[in-house]
Amino acid sequence: MNFLAIKMLMGDRLKYLGLLIGLTFAATLITQQAAIFMGYTKRMWAFIDDTPHVDVWVMDPQVRFTEDPKPLQETALLRVRAVEGVEWALPMYRNNLLVQLADGTQEFSTIIGVDDATLMGGPTRMIEGTLEDLRQGDGVIVDKAAANGDLAMTLPDGTKRPLRVGDSLSINDNFARVVGICDNATAFYWQPVIYTTYGRAVRFAPPQRKQLTYVLVKAKEGESAEAVAANITARTGLAARTRSDFGALTMWYTLLKTGILINFGITVGLGFVIGLLVCGQTFFTYVSDNARLFAALKALGLSNVRLLGMIFTQVVVLGLLGFGLGAGIASISGRFMGLAGVGFHLPWQLLVGACVGIMLICLASAMLAAVRVLRLEPGVVFKA
Amino acid sequence: MVVAPGTGNMQSLMSDSAANVTSALAGRPIAVRCRGVTKTYGKGGSAVRALRGVDLDVHQGEMMMLVGPSGCGKTTLISVVAGVLDRDEGECTVLGEDFKKLGADKTTAFRAKNVGFVFQAFNLIPTLTIAENVSVPLLINGMRRSEALRQAKQMLDRVGLGTRVNDIPSRLSGGQQQRVAISRALVHKPRLLVCDEPTSALDHATGQKVMELLREVASGGDLSLVVVTHDQRIFEFADRMATMDDGHIVSITTGQGHKISSQHVEGK
Repeated sequence: MNFLAIKMLMGDRLKYLGLLIGLTFAATLITQQAAIFMGYTKRMWAFIDDTPHVDVWVMDPQVRFTEDPKPLQETALLRVRAVEGVEWALPMYRNNLLVQLADGTQEFSTIIGVDDATLMGGPTRMIEGTLEDLRQGDGVIVDKAAANGDLAMTLPDGTKRPLRVGDSLSINDNFARVVGICDNATAFYWQPVIYTTYGRAVRFAPPQRKQLTYVLVKAKEGESAEAVAANITARTGLAARTRSDFGALTMWYTLLKTGILINFGITVGLGFVIGLLVCGQTFFTYVSDNARLFAALKALGLSNVRLLGMIFTQVVVLGLLGFGLGAGIASISGRFMGLAGVGFHLPWQLLVGACVGIMLICLASAMLAAVRVLRLEPGVVFKA
Repeated sequence: MVVAPGTGNMQSLMSDSAANVTSALAGRPIAVRCRGVTKTYGKGGSAVRALRGVDLDVHQGEMMMLVGPSGCGKTTLISVVAGVLDRDEGECTVLGEDFKKLGADKTTAFRAKNVGFVFQAFNLIPTLTIAENVSVPLLINGMRRSEALRQAKQMLDRVGLGTRVNDIPSRLSGGQQQRVAISRALVHKPRLLVCDEPTSALDHATGQKVMELLREVASGGDLSLVVVTHDQRIFEFADRMATMDDGHIVSITTGQGHKISSQHVEGK
């Protein structure tokens, strides 16, 4: 009977197409908006992802997200090194300083200072130069996005060219020279990113008593990052966060402070509601219009359970088709969005979630229709 | 004996000819037996008493027509007989089963196996081919789709639509659609066929052909037919006719159906 159920549905072209378009629209909206949301959320983790060898980030307890530097005393580094389970602990400076190019362009940029000796915490993907080039005097490494964007040089004829190795710039009135171009993950935050050594970064920064932003910690082999983080907090009173904890802290702070969770949530919710309204209304109309046929099937001896089975088969097929089309459209549009710089991340978990959402729409619609069918008296087939 | 024995005034209303009609049917088991069946729609002041104590017997192999004015209770009676409507009071057994005692699920299963329906409006599923339409009762009874389609095509062949099996109903004339509906009603070899105004949507010639077809399937076998109709032109096909009025059966008369059957059998 399931084959006939599908044929019954698809044979009613107008309603079938209406249902399919409604579900496809809902699936596209839900998948696409959720993928953009995921894309931006993923970018909130970019700084942590770009610093892959660190197990635990130690910071001031008041830090709320990655771009919220609250300086520590230099002694914090030594105190952390003394904690049991710590393999190594290294300093990192991170703050926004004013950068000026030779053409006069000024831009507040994120200056990241990494350990002078090990360069741990520096960029992992280099396009030009090497990480070791940071050891050159006044050397800085600029992120590709900044070199091509906000820190691009304006030529005398008004055209722009990317910042290149060998170009000089001023950081908080201190001379610096570009020795490399790196390729960082695209971040949610928009400031240009410039790497240098910790000592040089402190020299660039305005003088103040505390300069250390983070202590980067590697846990000893066999020690869990969570346990080491707990030890550090217990021994020093500082906030010690594993990679995932720090990422989640940043993500939730940003989501809640910017309101994008609510905005995207509303859009995804709208997709769900529109899908539910279109699908529910159209499917109910389809069942109502065919009530006489359903009653005839009941009279012929089709049980309520099998009738419901037919209805649910119809909506499941509709749901899968609508989801497939919608996810396909969202995926293709995501490619173009990616080219335009829009954050777009479509993991399989999101696809499963969207599929479940569409199926919920379909099941809710089917339940409305099912009530109508269950209430049908087969005797109505004898009424003219 | 065809006359119901007993709920009062019914007996006196039945004609002698009806009592004697059944030389052809005498001795055949009773397929449908109703005694004092009542049915009321609604409650209180707006209640409508559609059946007011109906007694009726239908023999196996008999074509019984229910006739009477609109609103007299014909449709309600076949709905009760077919097991798609519960009676309020009285007794009614169909092929030995009392639907009230059987329960809803078993009644549905019983209908699927034993009852065929021919509706006034055909009620064919417009998006399915006629072969698929005819296969529906077989599928309901759990037959595999390929086998159901094969048997449906055989059935359509019997009613002269063997070359149209892949057409959808809207491409057929009214008479052809009714033949499809009859095929659907018979394909699973039911023991009771319930027909509601089977010729009302057809012209005279087509209606005659449809009734000849029904008469043919009824003759010689155990299939009992209960036909509700207003169409006087087909009265001749009935073995007996029960005339209803105001929720009662007011008379049962003999039709010519058994003679037609005999001719049909002889003609073969």
